[in-house]
Amino acid sequence: MSQQTNQLTDWGIQEVSGVGRVEGPIVVVERAGNVGYDEVVEVIDSQGRMRRGRVLEVGEKMAVVEVFSGTSGLTIDGTHIRFLGQSLHIPVAEEMLGRIFDGTGNPIDGGPQPLAGTFSDINGQPINPTARVYPRDYIQTGISAIDGMNTLVMGQKLPLFSGAGLPHDQLAAQIVRQATLGSPAGESSKQAQQFAIVFAAMGVKHDVAEYFRNAFAESGALTRVAMFLNLADDPPVERLVTPRAALTLAEYLAFDRQMHVLVVLTDMTNYCEALRQISNVRGEVPSRKGYPGYLYSDLASLYERTGRVKTSEGSITQIPILTMPSDDITHPVPDLTGYITEGQIVLGRNLNHQNIYPPISVLPSLSRLMKDGIGAGHTRGDHSHLSAQLYAAYAHMQDVRSLASVIGEEELGAVDQQFLKFGRAFEREFVGQSATENRTIEQTLDLGWKLLSMLPKEELTRVSPDEIKRYYKESHDTN
Amino acid sequence: MSQQFGNITWVNGPVIRARGSRDVSMLEQVEVGEERLVGEIIGLNGDSITIQVYEETTGMRPGSPVFGTGLPLSVELGPGLLRSIYDGIQRPLPIIERESGSFISRGVHMNPLDRIEHWSYNPILKEGDQVKGGEILGTVQETENFEHRIMVPPDVSGTLTWVAPAKKYTIDEVIARVKTARGERELTMIQRWPVRRLRPYKARLGQSIPLITGQRVLDMLFPLAKGGTAAIPGAFGAGKTVTQHSIAKWADADIVVYIGCGERGNEMTEVLQEFPHLIDPRNGRPLMERTVLIANTSNMPVAAREASIYTGITIAEYFRDMGYHVALMADSTSRWAEALREVSGRLEEMPAEEGYPAYLAARLAEFYERAGYVETLNGKQGSISVIGAVSPPGGDFSEPVTQHTKRYIRCFWALDKSLASARHFPSINWLESYSEYTEDVAGWWREKVGQDWLKMRNQAVELLSEESRLSQIVKLVGPDALPDEQRLVLETSRIIREGFLQQNAMDNIDAYSDIHKQIAMMNLMLHFHERAERIIKRGANIGTIHALPIVNVLIRMKEQIPNNELEKLDDIRKTLDEQMDQLEAEYR
Ligand SMILES: Nc1ncnc2c1ncn2[C@@H]1O[C@H](COP(=O)(O)OP(=O)(O)O)[C@@H](O)[C@H]1O
Ligand SMILES: [Mg+2]
Repeated sequence: MSQQTNQLTDWGIQEVSGVGRVEGPIVVVERAGNVGYDEVVEVIDSQGRMRRGRVLEVGEKMAVVEVFSGTSGLTIDGTHIRFLGQSLHIPVAEEMLGRIFDGTGNPIDGGPQPLAGTFSDINGQPINPTARVYPRDYIQTGISAIDGMNTLVMGQKLPLFSGAGLPHDQLAAQIVRQATLGSPAGESSKQAQQFAIVFAAMGVKHDVAEYFRNAFAESGALTRVAMFLNLADDPPVERLVTPRAALTLAEYLAFDRQMHVLVVLTDMTNYCEALRQISNVRGEVPSRKGYPGYLYSDLASLYERTGRVKTSEGSITQIPILTMPSDDITHPVPDLTGYITEGQIVLGRNLNHQNIYPPISVLPSLSRLMKDGIGAGHTRGDHSHLSAQLYAAYAHMQDVRSLASVIGEEELGAVDQQFLKFGRAFEREFVGQSATENRTIEQTLDLGWKLLSMLPKEELTRVSPDEIKRYYKESHDTN
Repeated sequence: MSQQFGNITWVNGPVIRARGSRDVSMLEQVEVGEERLVGEIIGLNGDSITIQVYEETTGMRPGSPVFGTGLPLSVELGPGLLRSIYDGIQRPLPIIERESGSFISRGVHMNPLDRIEHWSYNPILKEGDQVKGGEILGTVQETENFEHRIMVPPDVSGTLTWVAPAKKYTIDEVIARVKTARGERELTMIQRWPVRRLRPYKARLGQSIPLITGQRVLDMLFPLAKGGTAAIPGAFGAGKTVTQHSIAKWADADIVVYIGCGERGNEMTEVLQEFPHLIDPRNGRPLMERTVLIANTSNMPVAAREASIYTGITIAEYFRDMGYHVALMADSTSRWAEALREVSGRLEEMPAEEGYPAYLAARLAEFYERAGYVETLNGKQGSISVIGAVSPPGGDFSEPVTQHTKRYIRCFWALDKSLASARHFPSINWLESYSEYTEDVAGWWREKVGQDWLKMRNQAVELLSEESRLSQIVKLVGPDALPDEQRLVLETSRIIREGFLQQNAMDNIDAYSDIHKQIAMMNLMLHFHERAERIIKRGANIGTIHALPIVNVLIRMKEQIPNNELEKLDDIRKTLDEQMDQLEAEYR
């Protein structure tokens, strides 16, 4: 296999003493000669301490360097720059599972450097669309709002759009804990699929990282997890490397070692802020809200490192987490993410206020790969119609609900009152479940029908008459 | 072939500068560095040369050589285009896969068209014939259903001094010689054409034939004409790509050029895996046989994304020039505009709105201008219909790309996030969308289906806008406050929305509606309204109408009645009339 073109093309190491300018995380080196774009550098301060960085722009006698761990303490004359003659590579190995690394891939768990035969460029290379295998195998998460309404497929990138204070961490941990390769409703699950887990934290608090570590430990997954941690008090610029390092390992595991890998990236909003900071310091023309015009391409260079390829049995499934500033889904970070990922799971504050866990707002949520991962042979033949009907009924219920808030519930027609009841039950019983409840796909689908049976048959135009005959529960049809 | 003309002086992502010869020209294709990455000259200033590079520039360094090719960035045109998938600068992705595995590595050079395949060529013109640019020399049956017409390149004219006999040839073999004013020219089956220059035609013609898409809301409400332009703006998840895919599958075009411009890898894979198995309803052949794919996905180099649009439209023009009808989809033009912005930003050009360069509008205009219905140089008629997806940030249509696009297109299919979240697909908002071709194509419909399509269309649109007005009232006071006649408007509109406008692209039967099915369905729904209205005037209440079993039949018929069993719609009409008759009898 191919992508780890272990290309340590040596462009030669060179050293320069003294820099021209230091600004924010950027250092401008003025007497650099033969420097390559995107080359890694070591920045050595007057005390001899080393930090790393990379080249963002080169001219004939000038190089602009971003320093991952920041520039504090650097001096104009006392700083040495060593250009390493290659782009940033990290070691990758199966034994990195079970280990903890900092945001640039150095072990911080007290263990030794992993023994790796392969060093890979953290930027990776684009997957050729002709080499991809279109993902069709669903992952059962045991969470009805996902499995029933927004089915996750192996090889999909499906982010959680959340907000400050919402339980996205619990939900992500529950997904990771419960995820198995799905099987058709009623059939016992194929041999439980053990995912390798690559976890990257960007600018999150210690307790968040600790929460995940404990969650992995409790489910006995710790030996299958590699953690890359750039925490809130770690240097922001390093965040730009963290997800790339994590995905480089994920690609190795999935495409060289044939493993199924779940990648959790949190919090993408912090990542984007770091990118914005660098861009602003460099005086680039901003697009929306100060973010650089290339934010879309930059995010795509991470999110697209997901999927399946013909030459491997393995897969990468990505679950990025992001918090929407002011819960605003049109903010550039969720917006551009949604334009790249294969859907989104949106958490809603309203449901959370009603103590519904997981507070998944189903209407704005979407799984674009669901259509090919469900149905007969995957989940069950009625799944697609059932979810469409639940969507339609729930969407109609929202209209009824807002009408009720104007004219009062008593003024509603009989059918609309049934819709209101359906809506409440849907939120509490279908969306709502406990953080340890792991529903089978059959339980989820049957629950969906049980709720639809609260509505008159004539209102159900998205499911077929045959499906109604088979699954609709008459006993509830009275009011 | 290529010659060093200078050395790199500066690298910033996809943009580099070099110093060197003053003989290179603007828009010349160049090769950069020892790896000879493909690039294009986008600025000249004294001996400083600005180049956009179509591949990753990691490791590029000042001092490295830059080579000229003497030619502008061009595409290869000839047999073998169909069924291909290329990146933004026409490199064949399957061959890149063969050479470099699952991941695209840089610096790979390869021919866009296969040099080894032998094509059975049949000459049409003879020795001694006078030829002009665009004339058809002969033909190659490229696929079972597609005749590839080998044309004299647009810039060649003279007398044929030799014509190859009917036989199999590779595209590099000479098939004719022409004595031109500037000496003898050897012609092969291959042409090169600069992507940024439009291919000439004889005359522009009017647009009065619809491009039938099989999508009811488009064909019936907001039709696109062959040779016309349409934009599909919409927030993420609103349904741009599914709509584009549906059109690529079902439109009655001879050729489809699909440009995946800065979008998802899996979406291109989906087309690649699906199209060979989908059958063109018009000729029974796999859809892939009429398709050319350009895939420059979001993670592929951004400058090549900028070029992909031009690569695609030049290929489309080539097929148009043979006298074919081409449908071109670009998903998404916003990503193309962003590529412009990114390169412009690295050049530190003065930005206009939201960081976009001031020439954004001009570039959009140039692109959409390449659509059209024309008389070709060889006297045939051909067309390019262009359908561009637009991805406005935050779904807000007031942003520059949507606004400028609106100036150059005549069909606006506005996708609506709230319809999409209620799973009303395609989420085309019937109040905000428009087509300026409606009147122009009405004649065609009358001729084809013998019915007044325009009148039906306008009735439907009126009902729907009345519904929207009434819904405002309902939101405040509830439906019971409306008289039954108005509630019938709501009921019929619901039937039209759910039973006609909503169309499930994933359903085998519903994915594509034949025009006769569309007309018959609309007819039934309007007939329902007419009859129900009469009965309500006689005193029946809306509840009894809503309870008629026919209502659900009307909503479900789209998925129940295949295109080849339309006689069943007559049965539905009978049932409808029976139920109405019965009700009417009660209110005599
Ligand atoms: N005509 C349709 N029929 C059924 N589902 C659709 C249709 N159009 C869109 N969808 C649904 O909406 C999702 C998003 O559509 P897509 O075209 O990918 O959106 P966009 O390109 O605007 O982001 C699809 O994955 C599919 O689930
Ligand atoms: Mg899309």
